[in-house]
Amino acid sequence: MSTNVNTIRELAERDYKWGFVTAVEEERVPRGLNEDIIRLISAKKREPQFMLEWRLKAFQYWASLEASQAEPKWANIKYAPIDYQDIVYYSAPKKKPGLQSLDELDPEILRTYEKLGIPLAEQKMLAGVAVDAVFDSVSVATTFKEKLAELGVIFCPFSEAVEKYPELVKRYLGSVVPYTDNFFAALNAAVFSDGSFVYVPEGVRCPLELSTYFRINAAETGQFERTLIVADRGAYVSYLEGCTAPIRDENQLHAAVVELVALDDAQIKYSTVQNWYPGDKQGRGGIYNFVTKRGKCAGVNSKISWTQVETGSAITWKYPSCILQGDNSAGEFYSVALTNNYQQADTGTKMIHLGKNTSSTVVSKGISAGHGQNTYRGLVKILKGASRARNYTQCDSLLIGDQCGAHTFPYIEVKNASARMEHEASTSKIGEDQLFYLQQRGLKTEDAVSMIVNGFCKQVFRELPMEFAVEAQKLLSVSLEGSVG
Amino acid sequence: MSLLEIKNLRVRVAGHEILKGIDLTIDSGEVHSIMGPNGSGKSTLAQVLARRETYQVIDGEVLFNGKDLLAMKPEEAACEGVFMAFQYPVEIPGISNTYFMRSALNAMRKYRNQDEMDAMDFLPMFREKVKLLEMDEKLMSRSVNEGFSGGEKKRNEILQMAVLEPKLAILDETDSGLDIDALRIVAKGVNAMRSKDRGMLVVTHYQRLLNYIVPDRVHVLVDGRIARSGGSELALELEEKGYGWIDGEAQATVPAST
Ligand SMILES: Nc1ncnc2c1ncn2[C@@H]1O[C@H](COP(=O)(O)OP(=O)(O)OP(=O)(O)O)[C@@H](O)[C@H]1O
Ligand SMILES: [Mg+2]
Repeated sequence: MSTNVNTIRELAERDYKWGFVTAVEEERVPRGLNEDIIRLISAKKREPQFMLEWRLKAFQYWASLEASQAEPKWANIKYAPIDYQDIVYYSAPKKKPGLQSLDELDPEILRTYEKLGIPLAEQKMLAGVAVDAVFDSVSVATTFKEKLAELGVIFCPFSEAVEKYPELVKRYLGSVVPYTDNFFAALNAAVFSDGSFVYVPEGVRCPLELSTYFRINAAETGQFERTLIVADRGAYVSYLEGCTAPIRDENQLHAAVVELVALDDAQIKYSTVQNWYPGDKQGRGGIYNFVTKRGKCAGVNSKISWTQVETGSAITWKYPSCILQGDNSAGEFYSVALTNNYQQADTGTKMIHLGKNTSSTVVSKGISAGHGQNTYRGLVKILKGASRARNYTQCDSLLIGDQCGAHTFPYIEVKNASARMEHEASTSKIGEDQLFYLQQRGLKTEDAVSMIVNGFCKQVFRELPMEFAVEAQKLLSVSLEGSVG
Repeated sequence: MSLLEIKNLRVRVAGHEILKGIDLTIDSGEVHSIMGPNGSGKSTLAQVLARRETYQVIDGEVLFNGKDLLAMKPEEAACEGVFMAFQYPVEIPGISNTYFMRSALNAMRKYRNQDEMDAMDFLPMFREKVKLLEMDEKLMSRSVNEGFSGGEKKRNEILQMAVLEPKLAILDETDSGLDIDALRIVAKGVNAMRSKDRGMLVVTHYQRLLNYIVPDRVHVLVDGRIARSGGSELALELEEKGYGWIDGEAQATVPAST
């Protein structure tokens, strides 16, 4: 035993590898939140009137919720009250005017992205991934723009979309997640500073994986990005999102909104590998990840698929959902959520069936280690008009050690008797017998754990694009290091 | 130097002394068989040699190739060449047999400072062994032991042994649960592995297996002690008379030297 304990201690002391801070000059607005701050953010971004008005309405709505203390409390998570007046809502690396290409980007930021292994440079062309990188509040670089433009695919920072394609933005912004949706969605609508915008025109199959990389760098700031993806009739797009943050003792708030719209016969595949700083071994610091993600299958035969691998953040509150409005539309949710040390996750999905013959698939894999608390919360709602709707839900929990917890809250509402629902759930523990079996075949404890966990997550990993799947496996192994004693 | 030297091994499990002083020596090239009634400690001995940590050694010494086996972690013992075919093989959902075997082999190669084997080199060798054990290749892309029949699991253990080529192979009741054809095939696999560089310790209840795998020595374990040792003919005698006649002699008989 004692030899094992030593290696485990060494491993446990290995740190979050993405926790460095980049020294760049930043421009930020004063701390706190009021109408003037909103006007300032909007002015900094030279936004048209409609955006400012929308932000102000969102702010008023949020302020009314704040006043009535309507910050959501139903999730199975615990945290000290957040002081919303103590956050900086906008911070951007100072840039030289008229940035034309990557070469002009602050070399410090480029180096950061290199450290993170993000294929920003054009030489990484072969990787076939187009990247938009958001550093603190603003989008700093988007690669492959020209190549995509030839096909009519728009992939650009949100602020650029507001400027260049105001009609598209106006039509779809808030159409899936209105600012009245919830507390954090309202906050995001009021202060969001950037994010990515994607539009894939009719009949186009986007040949590249589109990817956004989010990085919180500045201290005491929140990150509030907003992503909007529209796939027009018959279009297809696969989109990836990754994120990291430096190690800081205080908690930082990340409240993002993602809206997806799929028109007739369109398909959107949205994958996330979430690796925000999770806090230290004692649970100090880490990101509060309060995110609203929703897709609308607006057209017939459309399909939206969410795949997420959530390993980071002190707290994750996130329910990527699908509104299945078009007949024959399909929604999918594949999730791996890992909580180690003192991390908490309350995550799951909502599948709202409106159209006929709509189907949804939910596969959730929760892994808890250390003192981690992992909650699956899922709603499947079949409305009256949704005849012959189908849902398959599978919800598995894996426990490592005996101080962690797994919780499952499946909600089902069926208003149409022709619905077919299937639900499977399991909870298992990594057994000493499984570990010993693998060790007897020569594998070290940590490799054995990571093999068992990867096997457990296989159904989800195979939904990820290849390079991301490899990345996700590595990330899980790193996040679990030292979890078996 | 002997391959395995067990001296006065005493082991406690969950507060009970299960092995009460075992002495046993196996040389390279030898096959020893251990027989004995249920609960006499056969699996305990196997698991201790494979270094399972839930078994507490309270006394004695075990040398493997002259090295202190009891100081090794399970994966070290494995990488040094100790293999155990489990009485109850474990399922690993989501991990294919092929991937598992290659990972295991590479973990051992790495330990021995050999280059890792890539899929191109591994697969042809693996297929050979799958053929030797007359197993369906389809099983190889399925998750480790998941949904395997009892017999398939046991055969899979011997397949793993064939791939990993250990110096000491401990087979814990690999024959139980096998039909007659499977028994013959497993025995063929085991016999193909017999070599002057390898020792084997075969735990079984049945003489039947020993018709195929003829042991050099047979030991009878009763209540945590080796009550009797002999040549392969001892197994026949046990088959005929059961364990009762040994029980009585157990205390009096000095274990035959090995
Ligand atoms: N983990 C454990 N906890 C408690 N008792 C144990 C444990 N493992 C083994 N034992 C006990 O130790 C004794 C020896 O068990 P062992 O499995 O070694 O027997 P065996 O000779 O292999 O029997 P069989 O022929 O039935 O396989 C038994 O009484 C068993 O109940
Ligand atoms: Mg046994």
